[in-house]
Amino acid sequence: MSFPWAEHYTPKHPAMQWIDEKLPLPRLVYNAIGAGYPVPRNLNYFWNFGVLAGLALVIQIVTGVIMAMHYGANTLVAFGTVEQTMRDVNAGWLMRYAHANGASFFFIVVYLHIFRGLFYGSYKAPREMVWLLGLVIFLLMMATAFMGYVLPWGQMSYWGAKVITGLFGAIPVVGEPIQTWLLGGFAPGNASLNRFFSLHFLLPFVIAGVIILHIWALHIPGSSNPTGVEVKGPQDTVPFHPYYTAKDGFGVGVFLILFSILLFFAPNYLGHPDNYIEANPLSTPAHIVPEWYFWPFYAILRAFTVDFFFVPAKLLGVLAMFSAILMLFFLPWLDTSPVRSGNYRPTFRKFFWILIIDVLILGYCGGAPAEEPYVMISQIAGAYYFAHFLIILPLISRFERPLPLPGSITESVLNRHNIKGEQDALPGMGADPQPSNAG
Amino acid sequence: MASVEHTDSQGLSGEGGVRRRDFINIAAVSFAGVGAVAVVIPLVDQMNPSADVLALASTEVDLSAIQPGQAIKTTFRSQPLFVRHLTDKEIAEADKVDVSGLRDPQTLEERTVDGKKQWLVTMGVCTHLGCVPLGAGEGENKGEFGGYFCPCHGSSYDTAARIRKGPAPKNLEVPKFAFTSDTAILVG
Repeated sequence: MSFPWAEHYTPKHPAMQWIDEKLPLPRLVYNAIGAGYPVPRNLNYFWNFGVLAGLALVIQIVTGVIMAMHYGANTLVAFGTVEQTMRDVNAGWLMRYAHANGASFFFIVVYLHIFRGLFYGSYKAPREMVWLLGLVIFLLMMATAFMGYVLPWGQMSYWGAKVITGLFGAIPVVGEPIQTWLLGGFAPGNASLNRFFSLHFLLPFVIAGVIILHIWALHIPGSSNPTGVEVKGPQDTVPFHPYYTAKDGFGVGVFLILFSILLFFAPNYLGHPDNYIEANPLSTPAHIVPEWYFWPFYAILRAFTVDFFFVPAKLLGVLAMFSAILMLFFLPWLDTSPVRSGNYRPTFRKFFWILIIDVLILGYCGGAPAEEPYVMISQIAGAYYFAHFLIILPLISRFERPLPLPGSITESVLNRHNIKGEQDALPGMGADPQPSNAG
Repeated sequence: MASVEHTDSQGLSGEGGVRRRDFINIAAVSFAGVGAVAVVIPLVDQMNPSADVLALASTEVDLSAIQPGQAIKTTFRSQPLFVRHLTDKEIAEADKVDVSGLRDPQTLEERTVDGKKQWLVTMGVCTHLGCVPLGAGEGENKGEFGGYFCPCHGSSYDTAARIRKGPAPKNLEVPKFAFTSDTAILVG
């Protein structure tokens, strides 16, 4: 419970009162996602993506647990049981396509959620812990997605497993023992498949646990908002329920429509045809690519083609790829500007959009074959990615002159409506208009 | 209460202010810590290759059917193995390279058995991230140095399977092998 004016839970039904006295779970839910959680009144639709990510996780867990009922984690039968799920199991095709495309949608909404956090400075004090826990969730998601992709035991499964565990082999001295330990053999095999299945089942529940911490940490300062100005009083907030449950509900509808379009009309659009060929350790597919959500990082991995200072290119690529994510853990301390929202930071905003374009270019190169000009473009775009966070962002924070911030959330909302209000003549919307500075 | 505890702790303190309770605390926690580590060892070790995976049969390869310029793909320790019969031209190409300029400097002699320079036996595992390079099969892309080419990240190996271009850090690994006759080798 973040603000003193938050509504208090009063059980209406005697049964709820009985439960609440013994175990205050209804109270907890009420204060977390009910009317007991006051939320800034000016959130835009970018604030939907947290709830949508939660929904995507639920879809993955439900479809995943069902598919596990029909799956055999053994290299002799794994590929066959997945095909059997597709062809013979009642609604098995639906479960598998929903699970495969659900993973993509999970990453889409999480990337948009991260985009929102980056633009509106949600990672800044006092919400650093929310950001850090979010990155932990992101790393867990990547590990889970990677292991899940191995389970159908197709060509891309096998070679993806080989390439990704090969990353650990790049570590000096201990690399190869670690790789062998991860795989339980010298190449991906039955031991690897079994452990990946076990961990792929476990990690989503770990993610669910970290999400609870993520929300817990969020609810201490309360949600941020598009102005980045902190809540000053009850007039700045509305209760989560019904205001944002309704707004999120609309977002859920849009999400499900888009998900259904892909699921029912182009279920293999984001997949790779090579994964419908059973794993063959003696034949590498002509073009190994991970799933699209790993492409920007894959491009950084492949960008290193020559050794620097006696450090092998392979190790440099691996270090760069992991650093590209680990660096984000330091973001709250790299961006020192006290202004959160990109709406009030004209210079930051320009470089922010350049960064987004840069990441999209990296993504494109990561999906392209390892040849020129893509390698060269990856090198430039990869260098820019690091430069943005390590050089440009600290410099902007130092030299930028931000636009004037609104006095409060309410003021920014009323001003915005006042500009329209001059035509509509809305009554009671502030008699003395403030100079509009909400960008 | 506080004062009683105070005198009590003074009464128990031995030399250097160390109480018996401190000793018991450290001893108990250390013992539990060692026990916890002892439990973790098997939990971690079970992930290592099991006995059946480690029980590696060595592989025997018959070379009699491999003509100069040809190569075969077989398996050794469930990973691909390339056996290549080099032509005189390929041997000459490998020999004329200045070894000091290579990323992983080795001569063809060092990578083959004495007097059997034409038989190049290597693992078919790219030293970058473990893909199977192309070049052993008929009509496959051998890369710009005429040896092997890894399609994953573009590493090119020469006719001695040495890394010449791309991200791979090492030459293709030469496993331990010996000739059992003029036309057969035993790998492993």
